Amino acid sequence: MLVRRFTIALTLLCFSLFNTTAFAADSKKQFNICWTIYAGWMPWDYAQAKGIVAKWAKKYGITIKVTQLNDYAESINQYTAGQFDGCSMANLDALVVPAAGGVDSTALIVGDYSNGNDGIVIKGANKQIKDLKGQSVHLVQYSVSHYLLARALEQAGLTQKDLKLVNVSDADVVAAFSTPSVKAMATWNPQLSELAALPNTSKAFTSSQIPGEIIDLMVVNTDTLRKNPSLGKALTGAWFEVMALMKAKDKEALQYMAKHSGTTLDSYMQQISTTALFYEPAASLAFVRDAKLPTVMQKVSSFSFENGLLGPAAKSATAIGIEYPNGVVIGNSKNIKLRFTDTYLQMAVDGKL
Amino acid sequence: MRLINQHPSRGTRWMLAAIPMILIIVVYLVNSHLRLVENPEDKLLPSVSQMWEALKLMAFTEDPSTGTFLMLDDTLSSLKRLGMSLAIVASLGLTLGILLGSIPLLRASLSPLVAIISMVPPLAILPILFIVFGLDELSKVMLIVIGLTPMLARDLEQRARELPKEIIIKAQTLGANSWTLMIRVVLPQLLARLMTSLRLLMGSAWLFLISAEAISSTEGLGYRIFLVRRYLAMDVILPYVLWITLLAWLTDYALKKLHQVCFPWAEGADA
Repeated sequence: MLVRRFTIALTLLCFSLFNTTAFAADSKKQFNICWTIYAGWMPWDYAQAKGIVAKWAKKYGITIKVTQLNDYAESINQYTAGQFDGCSMANLDALVVPAAGGVDSTALIVGDYSNGNDGIVIKGANKQIKDLKGQSVHLVQYSVSHYLLARALEQAGLTQKDLKLVNVSDADVVAAFSTPSVKAMATWNPQLSELAALPNTSKAFTSSQIPGEIIDLMVVNTDTLRKNPSLGKALTGAWFEVMALMKAKDKEALQYMAKHSGTTLDSYMQQISTTALFYEPAASLAFVRDAKLPTVMQKVSSFSFENGLLGPAAKSATAIGIEYPNGVVIGNSKNIKLRFTDTYLQMAVDGKL
Repeated sequence: MRLINQHPSRGTRWMLAAIPMILIIVVYLVNSHLRLVENPEDKLLPSVSQMWEALKLMAFTEDPSTGTFLMLDDTLSSLKRLGMSLAIVASLGLTLGILLGSIPLLRASLSPLVAIISMVPPLAILPILFIVFGLDELSKVMLIVIGLTPMLARDLEQRARELPKEIIIKAQTLGANSWTLMIRVVLPQLLARLMTSLRLLMGSAWLFLISAEAISSTEGLGYRIFLVRRYLAMDVILPYVLWITLLAWLTDYALKKLHQVCFPWAEGADA
């Protein structure tokens, strides 16, 4: 008797669980955006804190909640799982996590590209990438550092098989570098500048040698954006309002961003100097329309495919179609999962936001 | 009849144990199906066949770059780290437990220190551990050792102090000195407790192992999970978690059986 009642109760509980997931509401006015700490993404923090996002959202009759997450990989996973409508991420990660996970995503804002923010540091003076042969390199595997290393090796005529890759967690990069067993590290800022500042080390390669290949984006769900263009307009408007402040070297804004990224103004300005930020919508627009972008994305796709990051279903590096402005598609046009758009940037250029 | 006096029969007990597990599996399968219908590439809740495909690739296909089977490599290196650490933890913890539990002078000096050290979260002092033990295997083993030894030592010390005074006095009237007392009276009692404590510590041991493998490694079960987590490969992560759970359950079962065989007299208290 008791057992039966217990079973019925559990069954009911079980069904109520299904229902909450099955019938999540679709029409909406409220949007959730996430971002993580990085020099090129601090403007989102400022825009949220100073009510700039709220102001633009109000203009289009919606509300946008911008949330800071502490773990970069986790923030992308949360976006991919559908917890957020948009998230800040690098081009490589946008391809291998949401796009490879079947979540059709649009790179709404191309904020900047790394122009020295990622690099490879080797212990010893005057070391070069070719000295890495037979050595072990510590890095966060499958991150943009891994891509950077692959590109550096390619230019030095080496392959990943010529060395041993050791995975470290990004939080442990600086501490790990101070132990004797670590000889070389591929990482990004602010850790990179910490390591390069140590005596007797060589910065053997940085992203300034492959400019425009590691791109920082605000990625939003394509479906959501199509149904709600006002989300795209509000985010683009808010972003370039902060960009204008940064271009004008607004002391208050820069100081705020420096403080909230946990560093000093000097060090933040240093990080900004190796981040090629697009202060003007026109610059960002030119970048997404440039014929170089598809070439870069092809390199990123090849790297991802060779390292198995596109998933077991991917039969080639072109398994995922990537759309560029003016309807140009490279890769499988039946499986477009990543899109670069110029619609909202054009509106920003025309002052129509 | 009152609820607290109702005992399930043998068959009902099996059924009651199975219901929650079956429920979890059903909830998973339904949600996974719903997500996959909406998006066939969904990575969050892979289907059983997707997990099987990933498992085949990890466990039964030679890795092209190393020429070995990844899951086997991962399992062996993780079990090696875990086994080595637990051996050190058990011997250190037992020695400390006996000494602190039976020698009041030593206890007065070291017990507070052990109590304080047991409060230090080892993950918080990772950078120091790197410098002292390097980044290789040693630091991973030491993370587990530092994490578990103080807990085990404190538990065993407490058990030693709970031994009935009568037994200690009786042994002394029969001519035992401090050494024989520790070896013949305290040690057997604590050995029995050691098995039980180790079983309880297994969860923490795995936790520290997985964290240690995130530090800096080229293989290991925790390493693989941390690695593929970057691109949300739940089709690899979930089978790995199930595999770890199975390994942990087997260890627990083995320790339980060992306890039954070696210390049948202690079954009443510790079983």
